[in-house]
Amino acid sequence: MENLIALLVAAPLLGAVVLLCGGRRLDKTGHWIGTLFAAVSFGVGVALFADMLGRGAEDRTLHQFLFSWIPVEGFQADIAFQLDQLSMTFVLLISGVGTLIHVYSIGYMEHDERRRRFFGYLNLFVAAMLLLVVADNYLLLYFGWEGVGLASYLLIGFWQHKPSAATAAKKAFLVNRVGDIGLSIAIMLMFTTFGTFAFGPVLGSVGAETSVAAAPVSEGTLTAIGLMLLLAACGKSAQVPLQSWLGDAMEGPTPVSALIHAATMVTAGVYLIVRSGAIFNGAPDAQLVVTVVGAVTLLFGAIVGCAKDDIKKALAGSTMSQIGYMILAAGLGPIGYVFAIMHLVTHGFFKAGLFLGAGSVMHGMNDEVDMRKYGGLRKYMPVTFVTFGLGYLAIIGFPGLSGFFSKDMIIEAAFAKGGTQGWILGGVTLLGAGITAFYMTRVMILTFFGEKRWQPTATGAVQQDGTTARAVSGHEPAASQHGSGEMPHPHESPKSMTVPMVVLAFGSVFAGGFFSIGDRFVNWLEPVTGYAHGSPPVSALTVTAATMVVLAAGVAIAWSMYGRRPVPVVAPRGSVLTRAARRDLYQDDFNHAVLVRGGEHLTRSLVYVDHSLVDGVVNGTAAGVGGLSGRLRKLQNGYARSYAVSMFGGTAILIAATLLMRAV
Amino acid sequence: MSTVTAAQGLWTLAAEGPVDRIPTPVIEYAQLAPTLIVLGAAILGVLVEAFVPRKSRYYVQVFLAVAALASAFAAVVGLAAGGYGSTKAQVAAMGAIAVDGPALFLQGTILLASIVAVFTFAERRLDPEAHGSRVDSFAAQAASVPGSESEKAAVKAGFTTTEVYPLALFAVAGMLIFPAANDLLTLFIALEVFSLPLYLLCAVARRHRLMSQEAAVKYFLLGAFSSAFLLFGIALLYGYAGSVSYAVIADVVDGTVTKIDPALASTMGNDALLLIGGALILMGLLFKVGAVPFHMWTPDVYQGAPTPVTGFMAAATKVAAFGALLRLLYVVLPGLRWDWRPVMWGVAIVTMLAGAVIAVTQTDVKRLLAYSSIAHAGFILAGVIATSAEGVKSVLFYLGAYSFVTIGAFAVVTLVRDAGGEATHLSKWAGLGRRSPLTAAVFAVFLLAFAGIPLTSGFSGKFAVFKAAAESGAGALVVVGVISSAIAAFFYVRVIVLMFFSEPKADGPTVAVPSPLTMTTIAVGVAVTLVLGVAPQYFLELAGQASTFVR
Repeated sequence: MENLIALLVAAPLLGAVVLLCGGRRLDKTGHWIGTLFAAVSFGVGVALFADMLGRGAEDRTLHQFLFSWIPVEGFQADIAFQLDQLSMTFVLLISGVGTLIHVYSIGYMEHDERRRRFFGYLNLFVAAMLLLVVADNYLLLYFGWEGVGLASYLLIGFWQHKPSAATAAKKAFLVNRVGDIGLSIAIMLMFTTFGTFAFGPVLGSVGAETSVAAAPVSEGTLTAIGLMLLLAACGKSAQVPLQSWLGDAMEGPTPVSALIHAATMVTAGVYLIVRSGAIFNGAPDAQLVVTVVGAVTLLFGAIVGCAKDDIKKALAGSTMSQIGYMILAAGLGPIGYVFAIMHLVTHGFFKAGLFLGAGSVMHGMNDEVDMRKYGGLRKYMPVTFVTFGLGYLAIIGFPGLSGFFSKDMIIEAAFAKGGTQGWILGGVTLLGAGITAFYMTRVMILTFFGEKRWQPTATGAVQQDGTTARAVSGHEPAASQHGSGEMPHPHESPKSMTVPMVVLAFGSVFAGGFFSIGDRFVNWLEPVTGYAHGSPPVSALTVTAATMVVLAAGVAIAWSMYGRRPVPVVAPRGSVLTRAARRDLYQDDFNHAVLVRGGEHLTRSLVYVDHSLVDGVVNGTAAGVGGLSGRLRKLQNGYARSYAVSMFGGTAILIAATLLMRAV
Repeated sequence: MSTVTAAQGLWTLAAEGPVDRIPTPVIEYAQLAPTLIVLGAAILGVLVEAFVPRKSRYYVQVFLAVAALASAFAAVVGLAAGGYGSTKAQVAAMGAIAVDGPALFLQGTILLASIVAVFTFAERRLDPEAHGSRVDSFAAQAASVPGSESEKAAVKAGFTTTEVYPLALFAVAGMLIFPAANDLLTLFIALEVFSLPLYLLCAVARRHRLMSQEAAVKYFLLGAFSSAFLLFGIALLYGYAGSVSYAVIADVVDGTVTKIDPALASTMGNDALLLIGGALILMGLLFKVGAVPFHMWTPDVYQGAPTPVTGFMAAATKVAAFGALLRLLYVVLPGLRWDWRPVMWGVAIVTMLAGAVIAVTQTDVKRLLAYSSIAHAGFILAGVIATSAEGVKSVLFYLGAYSFVTIGAFAVVTLVRDAGGEATHLSKWAGLGRRSPLTAAVFAVFLLAFAGIPLTSGFSGKFAVFKAAAESGAGALVVVGVISSAIAAFFYVRVIVLMFFSEPKADGPTVAVPSPLTMTTIAVGVAVTLVLGVAPQYFLELAGQASTFVR
């Protein structure tokens, strides 16, 4: 059975190779090929899952050794896989949601002439993401980590004719590099500390008596490794301070936003921290920093989400915030690992569903993303409305739906941390739940309820890039044929798009309950991540009740602000906080002022130094040698008498020097 | 008056012993065979000039010269195989000549270099035929005034200066003795024996005859000047030690000889004489190797002399002079090394830097190579200063490697010609790589070897001398050497860039197709350059085995 693990990665990788190398003859069938390979991967995943369920909790970890990648004395890097319950969870999420989004993309990208390439990139992403989660050592994980970074870059910038998309791709790539440096340093630290980077020896030896390291590993080393891993996680999972790329990444096609920038890739940071739980368990300081990062991002994303009028950016803020929950939970240690992953899975369902719903809305509204120009769409897009609505209820934590169970667990665990820290973290998660309810209700009301605020597509935009954009992005060609200034005609999306939304809606509704009843998910993951039940200082029921109260408050405020009053089409100026949130709390301004300007100044000074000092020294030396040469050359005047004088003088010096040496 | 006194002193010394007649000198003819063969052939060559008809002189002379040099080389190999380079090393000819490893190694190098140099002497296909007879690089009749009727008549008559072959053989004979000389008088005589023919050879260029004669006169004047210093130094050392024998002087320096010659009682053991005399002899040898500040003859003479002679001189003279320098410093003055080492440090540094720096602004390829040879003299001096067996080995290897590169490079220079003969101005070499890629590539190989780029003999040699110098504690010297190499690399590579990356000039020179003689010379040069660069180990070991001086 374990020999099938490689197939998980190999199938979509083969798909990517076939699609990207296949050329134009695959243009007609490329999307089916891509979907097929993703589905094969999912099928293999399901088979492995069934097999795993058939075995006892202790024998569920599978290993597959493929070949020795870098066999050097004292440095062994293998292409080898490890499939345990944690990896299995991710495998099913990635290949399952991945396959659904492949299906969705068939409809969404129908009219895009580069659809084959799009599916190639999607397959590449799935392969890299699966490699990331089934790798049995950090180096191979790093390989997958870079692979998803590459796929993300390619897909954000997929519509490369748009400067904004190209810029966003570059930004995502650069910010991710910062995180990647953290991961590479962490791996190097592991290698110097443990002499290896395979999961087994590294994680097994932390805290164990028989360590592979010569001496017991100090807490300082573990803290350093942990912080570097956190840096990596911040980059990939858009956590403060490396969060700035995620909002711009919404420039990519909506399926990409759903798969990569909501459900899977951005959760890789959570996977990394949970996977390295043994290291964090030995480094309480690093854990504290993890919870702080999670808490800050949780609020940060939520606040940003409140102010955005662009539906995808509002959802992106929400993603950031929800991953903040997961990171916070992961920072809590064994009481939180399981719930971090559980929330990750349920979030994968409802956030992917929400993004697909957003894509469906945009599909019907001529690519309009401004929610202020939506309104009253529930009658026109019933399936989208229902699935989106279920996702909405799930994310705000409506009782009985997925998000209720997973988020409630995290809030309880945060309180259970104990002491002041517990109260602060618990309070933040509770507050976050309220804000989540507010901004999601806002999205819901602006989009599906209230007046129709539809606007004709801006004339200039259509004439300039409407035709290209529409032709490429695969939306109703009818609109562009009718010319500019056309009012949108909202309509339900084709089956290929609605079916995945429905499937995901099922997940959004039932996954949480399924996982929680009888502690199924806890029992499932506990052998890998460890689990300790945390008891909040007040009863769990009180916590749940408090959550319900803030939830209701959030919904009520949103209703009073957007449901009862007409919504202006042009956004009002808003308060200071609103304006700050619209500008992503000035994160880009900060980055620009500090990093970009600073970098530019540094570069300019270095260039100046290079020109004036380095080149000066080099050219000066050359000029000096040349000048000296020219001068010395004049001594060679062609007169034998001068030469004789030189010889005579030289002899005199020779004698004098010899005598002087003796005298000294 | 003073001459008489000195003579009486000598006479007194001889009469002092119990022997009442002068003993017959014992000469080990077999061990001196290489020198004797070459000298004999040179004398035969003079007779050939007198008795053989003009038409066949060229062939007879070339054959005689090559045969003599080849058999002398065979004799050297025979002596080395017979163990005279190591176990049976000894002093022959009544203490006048040393037969040991360094002597045999250098004699072999000189002979091989001379053979390929004689090939370039014999080249007669580069210039168009004049009045139906082939011409070589030498004047039709050296004695006729340039531009005179007599010169024209000589050219018309198809005269050639075949005397160059016996002259070269005499020079070679002197060079063979020079590094083997084991007393100061033999040293001086060897110096004159190889210098005088070289002065003449410099004067007999067929083209640019005035420049050639000017070079010869300068070389002669300055050479005579330096000989005077050398001779004076010999006199002072004799006054110090009471003998011209290397072994005796070394003993006196070491203080192991306590017997004072009564006639020299007032001067013997006087360190001032030793130091000044040593410095003067050193100066004479440094003049020959072209070290700064005794180098100034080099560019003028290298430029003016017929190019085949320049190649011969640049290679063989340097080998011989460094051989003599090594023997002087390692055999005669090792007890004085704390006095001469710092001075030689200075000379080496100045030589390396000045040679490299001045070469940067040269525009004539022959002058460029002259300055390059000065810089190389500095590099070799770095190995000499090591005062270790490793140092001797590295210098021997360097000299062997360098001589073939030099002869090869000058042979290429003879090929690039325009209407006025060789086109030595660098501007004319622009774009040579486009027109004659093979010639330019070969020259590039030599330039890279001069620059010391790996996989050429230049790198192996430079690495060996710098290693020896560094191991003997002369790290600073090595640093200066590497800096100079970097400066030198500039002008070598500049020529390569000029040849390959510049547009050829419309009125550029043509590359003559040489006879197999010059081709052989160039091919041997390239082969030695590459073999010593790629697989230097065997030759390094050979030089290592030959690095012990007899005393």
